[in-house]
Amino acid sequence: MNFDDTPQEAEFRATARKWIDANAPKQYEAELSKSSLGRIRLEKEEIVDVGKAWQKKKAEGGWACLHWPKEYGGRGASPIEKVIWQQEEGVYGKLTQPFQIGEGMCGPTVMAFGSEEHKRHYLPKLASGEHIWCQLFSEPAGGSDVAGLRTRAEKNGDNWIVNGQKIWTSGAHYSDYGLLITRTDPNVPKHKGLTMFFLDMKSKGVEIRPIKQANGMQEFNEVYFTDVVIPDSQRLGAVGDGWNVSLTTLMNERMSIGSRLATGFPEMFEFCSNLMTDDGLAIDDPATRSKLASWAVKASGLKYTSYRAISSLSKGERPGPENSIGKLVSGSMLQDIATYAMDLQGAAGVLTGADEEAVHGQFQQMLLSSPSMRIAGGTDEILRNIIAERVLGLPGDIRVDKDVPFNKIPTKGR
Amino acid sequence: MNFDFSDEQKQMRDEARKFLTEQCPPKAVREVLDGKAPYDKALWKGLAEMGFLGVAIPEEFGGAGAGHLELCVIAEEMGRANAPVPFSSTVYLAAEALLLAGSEAQKQKWLRKIASGEAIGTLALFEGKGNPSPKAIKLQASGGTLTGVKKPVPDGAIADFAVVAARTGSTGRDSDISLFLVDLKTGGVEAKSLTNVDPTRGQAELTFNNAKAEPLGAAGDGWSILTQVLDRAAVLLAFEQVGGSDRALEMGRDYALDRIAFGRPIGSFQAVKHMLADMYVSATLARSNCYYGAWALSTNAAELPEAAAAARISATQAFQHCSKNNIQVHGGMGFTWEFDCHMYYRRANATALTLGSLSYWEDQLIDRMRKKNAA
Repeated sequence: MNFDDTPQEAEFRATARKWIDANAPKQYEAELSKSSLGRIRLEKEEIVDVGKAWQKKKAEGGWACLHWPKEYGGRGASPIEKVIWQQEEGVYGKLTQPFQIGEGMCGPTVMAFGSEEHKRHYLPKLASGEHIWCQLFSEPAGGSDVAGLRTRAEKNGDNWIVNGQKIWTSGAHYSDYGLLITRTDPNVPKHKGLTMFFLDMKSKGVEIRPIKQANGMQEFNEVYFTDVVIPDSQRLGAVGDGWNVSLTTLMNERMSIGSRLATGFPEMFEFCSNLMTDDGLAIDDPATRSKLASWAVKASGLKYTSYRAISSLSKGERPGPENSIGKLVSGSMLQDIATYAMDLQGAAGVLTGADEEAVHGQFQQMLLSSPSMRIAGGTDEILRNIIAERVLGLPGDIRVDKDVPFNKIPTKGR
Repeated sequence: MNFDFSDEQKQMRDEARKFLTEQCPPKAVREVLDGKAPYDKALWKGLAEMGFLGVAIPEEFGGAGAGHLELCVIAEEMGRANAPVPFSSTVYLAAEALLLAGSEAQKQKWLRKIASGEAIGTLALFEGKGNPSPKAIKLQASGGTLTGVKKPVPDGAIADFAVVAARTGSTGRDSDISLFLVDLKTGGVEAKSLTNVDPTRGQAELTFNNAKAEPLGAAGDGWSILTQVLDRAAVLLAFEQVGGSDRALEMGRDYALDRIAFGRPIGSFQAVKHMLADMYVSATLARSNCYYGAWALSTNAAELPEAAAAARISATQAFQHCSKNNIQVHGGMGFTWEFDCHMYYRRANATALTLGSLSYWEDQLIDRMRKKNAA
């Protein structure tokens, strides 16, 4: 048992470190290190512009999407090399946020189901950040129940005509392409009538409306489709096989080993170590200590759980299911920590202004943003189902709509 | 990075599991639970023959000379089997104290006897309510004898020798405390068995009346040695707790698959599934914290105090959580004497206190993290 690199890993790490040291946009280092909670924003520049420049540089140096094959813009690196790269990229990894859905979900789906011509045409530009991709799955009527989606695609000669609405689309407003799942046959049970496409987000009939979120920010969008034309050549997988194609996409989403999820714990420990209350330092209070200790072991437990997964990758094995606990643990932890940090501030805890106290309203922002952490990318409840069914082997839910033609499924509760 | 046990260590875990499945079925645990025997003597002998009692004891003292990672995997299996033997008091506490502070002669005598299964050892630290603290130690040492009362002492009624924490000064400093080694079979010590929530591991009151004692480690070093012993035992006991957590989770899962209610397995109801998923989360976090503790223990790393406290807290929480919800999944049957659920519930809540309570370790963890941050 050790934390050491193998000789090859050490050599790879040294090469990566050297390149990053010579090429990283160091002028943003301080700003990026500070923004650990919630979304990343830069004072004077758009994160997408700075991100694109960094991604381009990485692609030129052979460090973009490095686990992809070389002919599609990658480096042909092993999974463990990708993890080492992420560790070395450190705070600059935050600049890759606009490309994560493309790299993690859309790219792998095109790689698995696209034609060779498509792969050679689209993937290198996705890898270099020239084109940004988004994922158009969720709908107002289909969140956790993705297969309940209603956006229609109807065949018209060599084209498909798409009508409907998607929601929760991160980055739709700056994306060039989108991965779109549609219903092509409403007369069969819901999982069987779906088909996957990709499309140019500048196509006629695509309308993007930002969503103002509960925390006041705008990161997601609604995307409306009105008679949008998609050539049949942009179909991924067979007609009616969209559900299977989407499983590839979602599986890749969950393979994000090594990407650190924020728990809020380091900030909370620092805060309690410095906050003077009427009874002394917050960290000297037994009730606070007890909470801090419980959060500390959750944070360290997540860290070492990811180390276990990395060790499996290092040995060339597939990591076990234990990594599936990450978001479930960190999401509610962020929320609990924010609530308690504000409690410690007493009445002044309501204030969100940047000048308040030394913590610049970071816990207030965390409180308002944290509900989304428990919903986006699989709700806590869906994640528990996944653990229960795939890890513990418990039976799936009884699905009353499984064998019913889609257009016969009730659409109203009462 | 290789943050995992080696293939040889995993093989040893498999061997221990096989041995304990055969030699320590729930029926054997119940013999002790029902008071028919103070511990499972046959199992104890078998553990000695397998080399498990001395796995971390060097060969020169009669052990297998493997190491602490090997001991961790065996500890996990002991917890999984709920083994009714004085393993934790003898191996994690007494043997570790001897390894850390014993003289050559003491090690030759007692470690050899531990490894061969001839001697049961324990640590006599507590004197009534409260957590580990030098202030709480009143038992007096003078002229090579000890006088005072220790309770609870784990496995004290069946132990052959004890490492005893005694007061040798009154300056109010940690150096007032020294450790002694007492042969409990030579007179001067009266042992009284105490009832406790987990009868499968006994607790006792030991009354020392001018009992002959020899120093263990230098005079005044007692508290510093004890702190290290407790940290090492915390990691090892945490592995037992992780083994117990996993077993309780499996019992709950299996029952949820078998039991039909409202026309379907109860494991298909989300209320039950989610409870089991949360148990898996706790057990996984605890296991990962324990791995870090194992690494720190086996390499004697500077991180051991923090790692041990984290492993202890995480594993205590996980075992309490899993054993409690295992009963809940079983419903009424889980509350019967006949079902095994309560044996894990008892063990979980007893081990939660053995080395000091959860809140004591939470306090320790925060202290240690602050020290590290300040350094």
